[in-house]
Order: sequence, then C-alpha cells, then structure tokens
Amino acid sequence: MILFDTVTKKYPRTTRPAVDSVSLEVERGEFVFIVGQSGSGKSTLLRLALKEENATSGAVFVAGRELATLPDRKVPQLRREIGTVFQDFRLLPNKTVFQNVAFALQVIGKSRSVIRQTVPETLRIVGLEGKEKRLPHELSGGEQQRVAIARAIVNKPAILLADEPTGNLDPGISLEIVGLLDRINRSGTTMVMATHDLYIVNAFRKRVIELKEGRVVRDDLGGEYNTGDIVMPEWDTRPSLDAVAVGDAAGGAEDSTDLAQAGDSHTGEADGPNSDELVAVGAAGKESKTPRLKRRRGQ
Amino acid sequence: MRLTFLLGEIGNGLRRNVSMVVSVVLVTMISMYLLGMGLLAQRQVDTMKDYWYDRVQVSIFLCVDKSLYANCAGSATTQVQRDAVKAQLEQMKPPVKEVFYETQAEAYQRFKNQFRNSPLGEQATERAFADSFRVSLTDASKFDVIASSFQGAPGVGKVQDQKQLLDKFFTFMNVVSWSAIALAVLMVVCAVLLMATTIRQTAFSRRRETGIMRLVGASNYTIQMPFIMETVVAALVGAGLAMVLLYATVRYGIAGYLSTALTDTAFIGVPDVVAIAPWVVGGVVALAVLTSGFTLRRYLRV
Repeated sequence: MILFDTVTKKYPRTTRPAVDSVSLEVERGEFVFIVGQSGSGKSTLLRLALKEENATSGAVFVAGRELATLPDRKVPQLRREIGTVFQDFRLLPNKTVFQNVAFALQVIGKSRSVIRQTVPETLRIVGLEGKEKRLPHELSGGEQQRVAIARAIVNKPAILLADEPTGNLDPGISLEIVGLLDRINRSGTTMVMATHDLYIVNAFRKRVIELKEGRVVRDDLGGEYNTGDIVMPEWDTRPSLDAVAVGDAAGGAEDSTDLAQAGDSHTGEADGPNSDELVAVGAAGKESKTPRLKRRRGQ
Repeated sequence: MRLTFLLGEIGNGLRRNVSMVVSVVLVTMISMYLLGMGLLAQRQVDTMKDYWYDRVQVSIFLCVDKSLYANCAGSATTQVQRDAVKAQLEQMKPPVKEVFYETQAEAYQRFKNQFRNSPLGEQATERAFADSFRVSLTDASKFDVIASSFQGAPGVGKVQDQKQLLDKFFTFMNVVSWSAIALAVLMVVCAVLLMATTIRQTAFSRRRETGIMRLVGASNYTIQMPFIMETVVAALVGAGLAMVLLYATVRYGIAGYLSTALTDTAFIGVPDVVAIAPWVVGGVVALAVLTSGFTLRRYLRV
C-alpha cells in the first residue's frame, strides 16, 4: 500500500537530510507505528506519503501510484484515498462538529444527501453521536480529535496517516483515541501513526518502525518503543484496562467488525459500548497482551 | 463543487473580510471611473471631430491695400480678379459645397463679436482683416484641391484651412484624454496590487481551511474558486458603481448641462456610456480573474 524505496529528503539550507535512504513497505490493512525523537523524520515521512513534499531521491509509491511522476492535477485524487489526523486537530473553529466533518465531503463535491447520510454514521463510529451541533471549543481535546478522525475517515480512505494524534492528549484519552484508530484499522484501513508516545506504542504492540536522524534503525513486528530513560508501564494479562482515565469517551462504537459496514449501510441497532469496551476492542485478539497501564508506586 | 457550497463560501468570505472588500470596491470604482472618463474623453474628441469637420471651411483671403501677404505685392484685389476666383469656385462643385463672401468689415465685426469679453476684441483694427471667400467642402480632407488651385492665384493673398487649426485643438484634446487614460492605468495598477494583497491576506487568514481542503483531496479549482469569485464580486461591484458615476456625470453634467449651455458644439451622451460599459466591466472581470489566479497560483498550491 505504501512503499518507500531508498528515499532521501533533504530540505534546502540544511546539512543533514530529514529522511536518509529510507526503504520500507506498509502492507494493505497493516497498523504501523513510526517512532523516534523529535526531528527524527517521522512527520517528513508522512508528508512524503501525502505528496506534500517531494523526495530528493528514491521513489515513493502510495496506493499503486509513484508520487514522483504523479502530475499535480492528480494529487487531489491521491489524497482522497488518504485520511490524515494531526496533533493539533486542525478543526475549523467557526463550524460545528457536523459541519467540520461535512466540509471534507463538500469540498470534493459530494451531494447533500450523501453528506446527510454519511456524516452522522461517521460521528457515531467515532463516538460523537448527539454532539453534532457543538462547536470545537465546546469539546474536550479527546472529542476534538475524534472529530478530526471522523473528518479523516468520512470519505472512507484506504490509508489513514496520523501524525502525533495523541500529542495534545492525556494518557487515558490517548489510549482511547488509538483504540479508535485500531478499530478503524481492523475495518481494513491501512494505518500509519507517527508518535513518540512509548505508552501508546507499548500498549498496542503493533509493527514499530523507529527512525533516528532520518534513518530506519529498527523495524519490528509487535515491537516496543523504549527510550531507556523513561519509566515503562507494566503489562499483565488482564483483558481490559483498569487504570486508564476514560472520562472523555462518550461511547458510540460497536465491535470493529461492524465498522466497515457502518460506513455504508449501518443499521444503527446498537447504542455503542462505553470507553472501557472501546479500549478493549483496541486490544482484541491479544488476550495475553492486553495493555494495562500501571503507574509505579511513587510516580 | 456544489453551487450552493460555493455560494456559501463566497458569502462567508465576503462577510469575514468586509473592510478589505470595501477597499477593493472603492479602488476599483475610482480606477474604473477614471478609465471610463478617459474613454469618454476620446469619444468626445471623435464626436467633436465629426461635428466640426462637417462645418470646417477653407478661407481664401483676398488682398487689401498695403496687404502683408507676399502674393498681393501691396495692392488690393481687383473686381475682375474677385469675379475670376468666384467663377472658378462655382465650377468646382463638388468638392466645393457652398461659398460665402465675407467683406473686411464683416470679418472685423464677427471677430469683435466673438472676442467681446476679451482685450483682443478691443485691440483689433479693421485693417488687420481682409475680404475672403469662405468655402465649405463636401469632404474636409479635400483641402489640397482648393489650396493647389488658388494658392498664388492673382488677387489671392492666402488660402487657409480651418481644419489645420482644429487639428491643433483636437491634438490637445487627445493629449488630455490620453493623460486621463494614463492616470487611469496607474489607478488600475493600484487596484490590481490591492486585489493581490487582499487575496494574499484572505488566503493567509483562511490557510487552515485551505490546508484541510488540500488534505482531503479538494481540487485546485475548488480551493481557488471561492477566492477568485470573491475578488470578481468585489471588482464587479466597484465597476458597477463606476458605471453609475459615469452615467450620472454624462447624464447630468454633459448631456444635462454642457450641451444646453454650449449649443454650438456636439457632446457625448448616455449611449456613449452604454457603449463603453461592456469594455469596462469585462476588463474588470478579466483583471480580477487574472490577478487572483496568478496570486493564488503562488499561495494555494496543491
């Protein structure tokens, strides 16, 4: 789905490339964490995949297209297949939740009837049912990020890129958000998330690609992210989190298997689970490794 | 992009940017008013040319006693010479249309009457004037035929073409109207720069919106169209107001006042305003589209 072949990106007036001879492949339906310290090249990698930047050398393939040869007029079509979520949410402050999500469809020419059907479905998937008329400043950080996620997935993209989506959120809410992203991934969307949040990475045990000074230094399936000087969470085998603050989640999502259907013809029979279930869904299929954050005594 | 969405975005943009929109409207109005005045001045010159060239006369001045004309040799034109000139003129119809004879006294009286409010009228003496044949032509450009026939003929002091005098006046009028157009072009440059600045500022203030549009796959056309249309709307309002001002100037200033106060010349009218309107409005739209398109190409790239 995404292929970087010896890609180097050097910004003007810099001595070191932001991305240096990176080769990696993300398969369809995969969930990949790109980790590394600030300035390691995580965001540049995502920007290259979005064709917001062009590689200085090497080739980038996204959804079967080689981006170097993709003409400008076809870039919008590429981006319709990629959803993006950012640390700062990037919501329009003067538009309601519904309007923010609908905006993504309006600007690509979707009809009013499609918007009226799709937006509420998407808001229900991300757990924002009933908050359609709220303005962004009336929402918590976690809810704002859910709106941003709803906007990113409302057009049912094949790929979802998230650049530090939990950077502005507290740990409990972060887990909920990544749990939501995990559920979206389980519906078939390829997920690439750049983060330096070790709690998140270690909680979900996905493929981890670590960058250091623009180079891939590690690519592990089910890997961890350990910077070595930060106290790590402990793990046990219990199937749900019990130490995560979950005040933010309003529920609103069913089992991940429903997610794929929900975008097209959701029946709406369920009210949605609470946030505990939501996080548990994020770890579904990994009973022996369900993440459980535990602060060490004295922390 | 749906029309309702586009209209909504244009409306929002105009509302959020009222002060800049007003400045674009005003600058466009003033520049288009000046440009319109320049174009109308050109039409006024053309109208006056048509009017005066129809009335232009060739004067064949005869000799008087102690005449200063070289051909006269100090003696006055004899009756025989006078009759010969008249007979020749009569034979030259066309291009000669009409011939009037004006005596020295009549010429003096006419001059005094024309310059009654000027010291020139008082200072002039009858001796400075001469008898003349006033010849009107079917085609004002046929002056050469008359000049070649009568210049140097016995009893003829000088053949003078009024058209040459008028041409000097029209040259002056042309300079004035081109100056107005040059001034208008400067104002148009101001309008273009202001439009570009406004668009840049608007694009900057809406960068979050346009950033999202780019990310979700909106086309260049969708991203740029609201900005272009906002500029076009503001420029059109400015051009519309300029046309209203031009109409009022011509309707009440020229057709309503000047043409009744100065009845011995022709003036432009409201139809001339109507004639230049498509050029002014079309020019404004083209200018707004080109300016915004060029500015946005740099600032709103996919």
